[in-house]
Amino acid sequence: MNNQNNDVIIGLEVHIQLTNLKTKLFCSCSNDYRGTEANSHVCPICIGLPGSLPVVNKKAIEFATRLAIALNCKINQEFWFFRKQYFYVDLAKGFQISQYNKAGGKAFADEGNLAIKLNSHKKEIILNRIHLEEDPARLVHKGSIATSPYTLVDYNRSGVSLIEIVTEPVLSSPEEAREFLKQLKSIVQYSGISNLDLEGSVRVDANISLKGYERSEVKNINSFKEVERALRHEIIRQKNMLKRGKTLIQETRHWDDKRRITISLRTKEFEADYRYFPEQDLVPIEINDIFIQKVKDKLPEMPSERSRRLQRDYNLSEFDSDNLVLDKDIADFYEDGVNSDASFGPNEYKQYCNWLMNDILRWLNEQNKIIKDSKLHPHQIVDLIRYVNDGKITSKIAKTIIDDMMEGFSISEILEKKDKKRISDEDFLKKLSKEVIEENPKIVNDCRDNPKAIEALIGRIMAKTRGQADPHIARRIILDLLKQFGLIE
Amino acid sequence: MKFYEYMAYELIEKIKNKELSIQELLEATFQRIEETEQILHSFVNLSKDKALKRAELLDNELKKGKKIGKLYGLPLANKDLISVKDFITTCSSKILKDYYPPYNAFVIERLVEQEGAIHIGNTNMDEFAMGSSTENSCYGTTYNPWDISRVPGGSSGGSGACIASGQAILALGSDTGGSIRCPAAFCGVVGLKPTYGRVSRYGLIAFANSLDQIGPITKCVYDSALMLEFISGKDPLDSTSVDVKVDNYTESLKNPIDKKILGVPKEFFGEGVNHEVESTVRKAITKLESLGTEIIDISIPHLEYTVATYYLLCMSEASSNLARYDGLRYGNMSDNLSGDVYDVFSRTRGERFGPEVRRRIFLGTYALSAGYYDMFYIKALKVRSLIKNDFVEAFKKCDAIVCPTMPSTAFKVGEFVDDPLQMYKADILTCPVNLSGIPALSIPCGFDSHNLPIGFQIVGDYFDEKGILNIGFQLEQELNIYRRIAPVTKRGK
Repeated sequence: MNNQNNDVIIGLEVHIQLTNLKTKLFCSCSNDYRGTEANSHVCPICIGLPGSLPVVNKKAIEFATRLAIALNCKINQEFWFFRKQYFYVDLAKGFQISQYNKAGGKAFADEGNLAIKLNSHKKEIILNRIHLEEDPARLVHKGSIATSPYTLVDYNRSGVSLIEIVTEPVLSSPEEAREFLKQLKSIVQYSGISNLDLEGSVRVDANISLKGYERSEVKNINSFKEVERALRHEIIRQKNMLKRGKTLIQETRHWDDKRRITISLRTKEFEADYRYFPEQDLVPIEINDIFIQKVKDKLPEMPSERSRRLQRDYNLSEFDSDNLVLDKDIADFYEDGVNSDASFGPNEYKQYCNWLMNDILRWLNEQNKIIKDSKLHPHQIVDLIRYVNDGKITSKIAKTIIDDMMEGFSISEILEKKDKKRISDEDFLKKLSKEVIEENPKIVNDCRDNPKAIEALIGRIMAKTRGQADPHIARRIILDLLKQFGLIE
Repeated sequence: MKFYEYMAYELIEKIKNKELSIQELLEATFQRIEETEQILHSFVNLSKDKALKRAELLDNELKKGKKIGKLYGLPLANKDLISVKDFITTCSSKILKDYYPPYNAFVIERLVEQEGAIHIGNTNMDEFAMGSSTENSCYGTTYNPWDISRVPGGSSGGSGACIASGQAILALGSDTGGSIRCPAAFCGVVGLKPTYGRVSRYGLIAFANSLDQIGPITKCVYDSALMLEFISGKDPLDSTSVDVKVDNYTESLKNPIDKKILGVPKEFFGEGVNHEVESTVRKAITKLESLGTEIIDISIPHLEYTVATYYLLCMSEASSNLARYDGLRYGNMSDNLSGDVYDVFSRTRGERFGPEVRRRIFLGTYALSAGYYDMFYIKALKVRSLIKNDFVEAFKKCDAIVCPTMPSTAFKVGEFVDDPLQMYKADILTCPVNLSGIPALSIPCGFDSHNLPIGFQIVGDYFDEKGILNIGFQLEQELNIYRRIAPVTKRGK
């Protein structure tokens, strides 16, 4: 049975914090715990003091509804929250208020789907359910868990809203998982419910198996980037086990992101019994059609619709528009920019997209920044395109001023400051061209047989002017001089 | 006449008329506690200094003509599981030995902060309200003021005993399966378990949260109605509290009851109900008939399943509600911190919970475990809805149900300590009310041959506290035994 080409079966459980909420899921403490003094955002409810009772944050219900609609889920119109019971230091009440789709319980919403594209191959990822639950407290260690002399508990995170999205086991590669998470992140951003760029806002558990063998569940994958890595590792580990004739067992494994390996936590017989049962301190949650419709009406355009619209309105390719819409801020920036100049047409739309998606995005990635944090204004790219198209600067120069643009300087300011106005003084360029011809007899000689060699001469002029010479004028002068000296026909 | 021979509403008049100052009342209260507390042990912690200071403050405010709330500084005894800000609240459990709540329960906000009652201390109870005798307390037993060789009932035994003996004028209790009505019956006072959702549970430390309800324990029905008016209503901090109009309970007490139909469920007079209890309750029913009510026979056919159903559900819920007591954030941790975190949690819980609490956590955990959940928990929920339905059907035929509160009068201290099942069975007439979520009132209707009080239970439809208080008041006036004060002496063995 040592089949080396086993099909891979992956299912994901993605937990995302609703970071855009103002308050926690069951109390009015601030939801924004990042960077706060430990245990400063707590109250009797979120530290589970005796006698305290939870009250559902209605906005969290609305946020979950938004996501459920965006993911085409069937929202359950009435459900109880359930208690998931286990003992741990991060769990203030000895149970987590969550949802359960068995034992008489229902998820927030069932089914749903999300389309992904991988190497232009389209695939629909089927979801099993989504549900709403509270985050436990945060544990703080000195150094690593293994060597820390203590564990500190910060309850500021205790009670923050989480949404769990569970896929069916339909993903067949780590790349598909990556694409799925990329699209999910995009939809979450468009829904306005969370900023998944925030540290700790995402946690993923992955079920992985080779077809015909037992699955393992890998827990503690704490960023989308780590998922692909963890999955790759686990698949190789499972294949190697089979290669060595070993048996795969159903088990829970832990992703160690420092060592980049998975470690066995427990096998099936030691799985916790969470004793789920209804949380009767809350009344059943009712979500009616009117509410759903209201949320739907307020829901912004989702990335897939937007991509189709951008293709239509701006004549963009599917590839370009799909990339453009992925990050809502980028797509908003794009539309702000191209719409600010009425003279823009398909060429400029495409140029704007290229500048944004290549040079600007590269700059942002290198600086590890998001577009909202940069000082770049959408109109600056419009100016840039105009300068280039009007022949005022070359594309090459344009690329050299991106750094300054990102600091918010206008192009005229930058050009003035750096004195990078194009040199079009014919006398000056003639003098330079003569020098270049004299200094490069070999290249000049090549020009007799190879017309392309002239580019090398122009390059020398550009070098002498640090890229500021007008290449069109330089070319004309060089050609004139070569002809004048009888070096070419 | 001693201060404690007056009803709360009479004392309010005296204070309003300046015949009595709040300080005099509070000093007399603590005097009475001093005289009787060594015998009864109703309280677990007293708040004497703070209470006397508050009395002085309220007297001054009153002199200045300021409004001090409608309870005019009356001394309020609080069951040791209702949170009072900065006052030690332990549920009579070692695990909460050092717990000072940083906030007031809703009912404390209403009675103390808003209406000007004075909190004088917390009363003894069965640990985490688990018991019917107040013997399961880490502080030791409370004794029945009518016969101190007997239990006061439970779990709100301290509240029952302190009202019966005149140690306090108003008391709060909580009722999960009868914990207000049982001590009210055994101590010969008035106990009201409101409709589930009538009174906010915010700040009530949970035993079984789908059954728990806070209610007043008082000397008479009028005082009960008075307290209920203040503690009822929707609380945004308790999602299970219900936004139903709060009636003017005191005003409607004097309404005639001659148009009412009262149901007598035959199952409530069945096997296990003491003959003296039965005959005294039946006599009271005859009195009600003489007041013009129509008495009809009704049936609660699933009564025989209520004790089993009740205990399955309350233990299941308790196993979850008590999971938070690990000693980490508050309360009391084991002195031995060796081993890992699970060792410390287990040791803390093993050492700090009493035997009855441990038993219920074990059984409840078992009932919720994979493989047993459907067989026990889900089944119990189904029976619960059958029992509920029995009452819904009954209230189609009658306005209220009348029956005994307890199958017997107060039993001896220690009598059932080693027989939990017998102790559980004592809840048979009270716990169906909690399973259904309806309100019930217990008032004294007579005494048995040992001069022990007998409780008369009036069960109402959802949110019909007004109806049962009205019937209770009329019967109380007719019987006219409510001014008797318990002797606080030892009687025959």
